[in-house]
Amino acid sequence: MRTRIRAGSLRYLGRRLGFYLVTFWAALTFNFLIPRFMPGDPAATMLRRIQQLTGQAPTPDQVRSVRLFFGGARENLPAQYLHYLNDLVHFRFGLSLSEYPTPVVDLIAQALPWTLLLVGTTTILAWIIGTALGAYMGWKPGSRFDAIFAPTTTFLHAIPAFWLSLVALWAFAFKLGWFPVSGAYDPDVPYQINNIWFLLSTLEYGALPALTLIFIGFNGWLFTMRNVMVTTVSEDYVLLAKAKGLPTWRVLFKYAARNALLPNVTGLALAIGGILGGVLLTEVVFTYPGLGHRLYRATVDHDFPVMQTIFLLITLTVLIANLIADSIYVLLDPRTRDEG
Amino acid sequence: MLYGFLRNSKVRIGLAVFAAFLLLALLGPWFVSAVLGTTPRAIDYDALGQPPSSDHLLGTTLPGSDVLAQVIVGARGSVFVGITSAVLATVIAALVGVPSGFLGGKLDHGLTAFTNLFLTLPSFALTLIIAGYVQGAAWWVIALIIAAFEWPGGARTLRSQTMSLRGRDFTVAMRMLGESKTRLVFAEVMPHMTGIVSAMFLRACVAGVFAEAALSFLGIGTTGSVSWGTIIAEAQGQSAILNGLWWWFVPPGLCIALLGTATALVNFGIDEISNPRLSAANRKLMKRFRRAARTVQPEVAR
Repeated sequence: MRTRIRAGSLRYLGRRLGFYLVTFWAALTFNFLIPRFMPGDPAATMLRRIQQLTGQAPTPDQVRSVRLFFGGARENLPAQYLHYLNDLVHFRFGLSLSEYPTPVVDLIAQALPWTLLLVGTTTILAWIIGTALGAYMGWKPGSRFDAIFAPTTTFLHAIPAFWLSLVALWAFAFKLGWFPVSGAYDPDVPYQINNIWFLLSTLEYGALPALTLIFIGFNGWLFTMRNVMVTTVSEDYVLLAKAKGLPTWRVLFKYAARNALLPNVTGLALAIGGILGGVLLTEVVFTYPGLGHRLYRATVDHDFPVMQTIFLLITLTVLIANLIADSIYVLLDPRTRDEG
Repeated sequence: MLYGFLRNSKVRIGLAVFAAFLLLALLGPWFVSAVLGTTPRAIDYDALGQPPSSDHLLGTTLPGSDVLAQVIVGARGSVFVGITSAVLATVIAALVGVPSGFLGGKLDHGLTAFTNLFLTLPSFALTLIIAGYVQGAAWWVIALIIAAFEWPGGARTLRSQTMSLRGRDFTVAMRMLGESKTRLVFAEVMPHMTGIVSAMFLRACVAGVFAEAALSFLGIGTTGSVSWGTIIAEAQGQSAILNGLWWWFVPPGLCIALLGTATALVNFGIDEISNPRLSAANRKLMKRFRRAARTVQPEVAR
């Protein structure tokens, strides 16, 4: 019996893995096709822009790499495609155009830790706050707490993250002066991981972006948790637990919340990828040197190799997060195991 | 269904706010030129970056334009992109979701895989990349790009809904009577999905407004026209924060948030109708019932 269940869930996960591989391949292909199907001569436009940006005529090397990026005229499309895939397999992502000749990989490697730090901590904190509050609100729907919080969170959830970041920046950093206005660390402190003052300054500089992201982020979790909780609370087994005379907190957390948690648990895995949209713009507002800011700079400077590599990275993250979510689902919800 | 829908106060408030913004988008530019007697780009050299006053109700920008005029005209830029993208997204969702659910088989497999693929791709990043390539495009191009990544969720909902409707007695009966598949889909199945489709449309509309604002904020939205996103982007670009001009970027953001709240309210109302356990009105009724039961019980015991 047990082995059969295991085989069933493995088959299910295997099918999902296959689907994600196909999706990743589609993303790769999109990435390859988009620049080649743009109207006009994008390569010439880009070379002109590089000249405007740097004030110098592009070097022959630069011209060649731009031409190659948009698909050199010498090769036909399938050959270019194979070339492109071969480059990706060997992790050759090309050179940045706006900061020529820095490899794209280096630029991203600089930005990635900052985003991981900011996104990782804020997502988890927002999840914990939102889920706990939502469980409490859904426990007694229609209570005063619920009546006040439900409309407020509706409004908060509808606020564009980048705008709230602007307002927070204006109010807390500029007007009140509680936080630094931009950046992720104190520029006067030497940039060293093992320097305690540097680490402390990252906390000081990261506090406001982090608080803003948590403030925006917890509302969504609160919503789903509350609504699932409302329906769970009226289930028979919760009534039985209450009838047994168990303490309220025990019924709330061990019986009701535990079962209402499923959508939020899988949601957390998905959010790691999905939240990037909001984080991206928040980083721009706070000039936080993460991936979002890098992507923004790349878009403004028409640095397409950087843009595309970041896009691939985001896609990969989203797909891995999806796979993790699927696995968690199989672990937590026995019904999915029978499928397939 | 429709009556119960409109009786819900959340739905009514939400729809009213939505309609108000729609009206603003339609009549805004006329209102600004006829009543306020200005344009969003007109410059008042006597009031550069001034706080709200009787002359300029919402103050002026650093270059001296009236913020109120910009926000009103910006409603058109934002809402039109939102509506256009929502119309396109809803049409694509219907074209993919309904046949997939109705016809089933190989077609369904293919279309579902296609939908899931678009659902899993990080849509905002992809929108950003494409919009980045066509920088400075017309507003309808932006709407098209947004719509291209907005439809999959709706297609999935419509598919499952169609599948359940296909099995209902009335559709089976009509099929027995020999109605054509096209007529079955358009005359029998589709009318039952107006509720879902309109909720979907509203949600897509706001998602479109959000996406447009985000793209404009990144400087790759529409050029030339004014939208709430471009106002915020301009404020950010000309360091409104460091100059303390909060009245420049606060109103457009509030408008977006208000529009988002309106949609959320409508969706809540729909949820409450389809899932009575969530309804606030029902809960009040339950409470009153319980209280009554409590006061009655002692008497029974006696």
